[in-house]
Amino acid sequence: MNRTRLMAIARKELRQLRRDPPTLGMMFGVPVIQLLLFGFAIRTDVRDLPLAIYDAAPSSESRELAARLEATGNYRIAARANGYDEAHEWLTEGRVRAALIIPPDYARRLLRGERAPAQLLIDAADPMASQSAIAAAGTLALATLDAATGTASLLEPAARGRGSIDLRVRPLYNPGLRTPTYIVPGIIGVLLSLTLMLITSLALVRERERGTLEQLIVTPITRSELMVGKVAPYVVIGYVQMTAVLLLGWLVFDVPVRGSLTLFYVISLAFIIANLGLGLFFSTVARNQQQAMMLGFMFLLPNILLSGFMFPREAMPEAAQWLGAALPLTYYLEVLRGIILRDAGLAALWQETAILAGFALLLLGGSVVRFSKTLE
Amino acid sequence: MPTDAPAGDGGVQHTGGGEHVIVCRDLHKSFGAIEAVKGVSLDIRRGELFGVLGPNGSGKTTLLRMLCGLLEPTSGTAIVAGYDVRREADRIRERVGYMSQKFGLYEDLTVIENLEFYAEIYGLKGARRDARIDAMIDMAGLAGRTRQFAGTLSGGWKQRLALGCAIVHQPAVLLLDEPTAGVDPASRRTFWRIIDRLADEGGTTILVTTHYMDEAERFGRVAFISFGDLIAVGGPQQVVAAHPGAASLEDVFVMLQDADDAGVADRVGASARTVTPP
Repeated sequence: MNRTRLMAIARKELRQLRRDPPTLGMMFGVPVIQLLLFGFAIRTDVRDLPLAIYDAAPSSESRELAARLEATGNYRIAARANGYDEAHEWLTEGRVRAALIIPPDYARRLLRGERAPAQLLIDAADPMASQSAIAAAGTLALATLDAATGTASLLEPAARGRGSIDLRVRPLYNPGLRTPTYIVPGIIGVLLSLTLMLITSLALVRERERGTLEQLIVTPITRSELMVGKVAPYVVIGYVQMTAVLLLGWLVFDVPVRGSLTLFYVISLAFIIANLGLGLFFSTVARNQQQAMMLGFMFLLPNILLSGFMFPREAMPEAAQWLGAALPLTYYLEVLRGIILRDAGLAALWQETAILAGFALLLLGGSVVRFSKTLE
Repeated sequence: MPTDAPAGDGGVQHTGGGEHVIVCRDLHKSFGAIEAVKGVSLDIRRGELFGVLGPNGSGKTTLLRMLCGLLEPTSGTAIVAGYDVRREADRIRERVGYMSQKFGLYEDLTVIENLEFYAEIYGLKGARRDARIDAMIDMAGLAGRTRQFAGTLSGGWKQRLALGCAIVHQPAVLLLDEPTAGVDPASRRTFWRIIDRLADEGGTTILVTTHYMDEAERFGRVAFISFGDLIAVGGPQQVVAAHPGAASLEDVFVMLQDADDAGVADRVGASARTVTPP
């Protein structure tokens, strides 16, 4: 490869990018805005679920129960019902998403030291949304049991009774079970993947459309010089993007990098090149910019749905897992979460790293092979 | 001794001499069922200023594109600057300058940036790069416009910048595809003055396609091409003389065109027969 030619291509790409504000906006504005948007918007731990209360015999004990439930942050007391049927009706209508039914003998049983059942009805149609609310209520029931104040169970407490298993759960790495902690590293991967793939997928097609490619391919530039020269400046751009999003994740969402930054940057090179290579590959297939965009978006959805960004891959049927295994993002997510959240080292991530490097070589090499220096 | 002596009419200068720089033998090019170039054989000498004449769609551009490696011939051979277009296209690309019909430079780069880019793509660096860029700016009369975006140049300037980028590496062969299409008369004159000077300096073999017959008088030799067939080759005067009743190349052009139009029905019928499976 001739260094002069390589540099000439790279410099030309940067100059053109600098003079193309919409594309620049896409490269830098989009990731920042999207991170802020998704970072705040994507919450799987539902807060302030509207709750109806039917308290058959108001007492200080029943009021305390309701207050504790609200204090979990998962519920917000929205209405007081005048009967079980009314509470249920509201639930059906969707006015409330949960209803707490406190029977008339609740306080009396408590004071007598008996088991005091109460009922919490939750609209669980959306499992993801209801899950954390159910979990919070369950925790509360156990907690009240533990408390020395003498208050008792809300739901059927599994831990009550002698001889039961005392399993203490200690959530690691994300003890607050905060969504941003989990979602922000994922967003970094999704955004890098999307913008880098799009930018190079347009790179060659645009030259073809504007007629500059014809003049370029009658020169002695080799296919690999052209491909590497086109990719090189965007590697730098990719790193700038990544750093910006990482900083934002830390400052705005309080998701610092626990592991080695150096390791993270080194492994990211493979992922960045893999996505740029994929874009180039698309641009050797597409005849115009619309087609390149279509290919890009065809690739976007599986990236979000099958990579493990939104949904755990463990829960997917085998075929979907295989599809996910064909996406570079799947492996990069392991790296992102591994290094950022768990301080994982290369020993734990070498497989993902090797696969990402393989993707990078394959896609860049594939584009070189597919690209033709003729007009046919 | 060369096999086909240059058209020896005293009035023409750039008939070249010495060895052949472009040699085509029975060159064919088909796009699916359409045969764009049908067996062209042509020899062009070093230093010749050679015109390829013919109406739009006659196969001129396809011929030129095969000579610089942009298209691969369907059959036949072409040797350019000593290299085979089929097997050694990259060697040819180092020695050929090509200017496409459509402006092919980067409109969002400045004049100097385009020149720098192409100089470097052709492997020039350092003092030699700078000297060649200066020479091109000088030649094209672009001094004072070097910081202007190529996209904002008018037709004549664009054309001369494109020429500058095509010859910045001092190619042995220059291929110009309808270089003066859509350019005003004054700019056309300037352009030809540059081309003539390039031919005068010697060494550069220049192949130009055009359908402006008034430009064709300046060529050392011309080739008429119609529907992919080479129908006449020779010095401009020679070609005129060979067609009784023609007083100029324009007359020849119209006569050949009329003859072709008459044959169109036959041709269409013939090609329809060839593409229909038996």
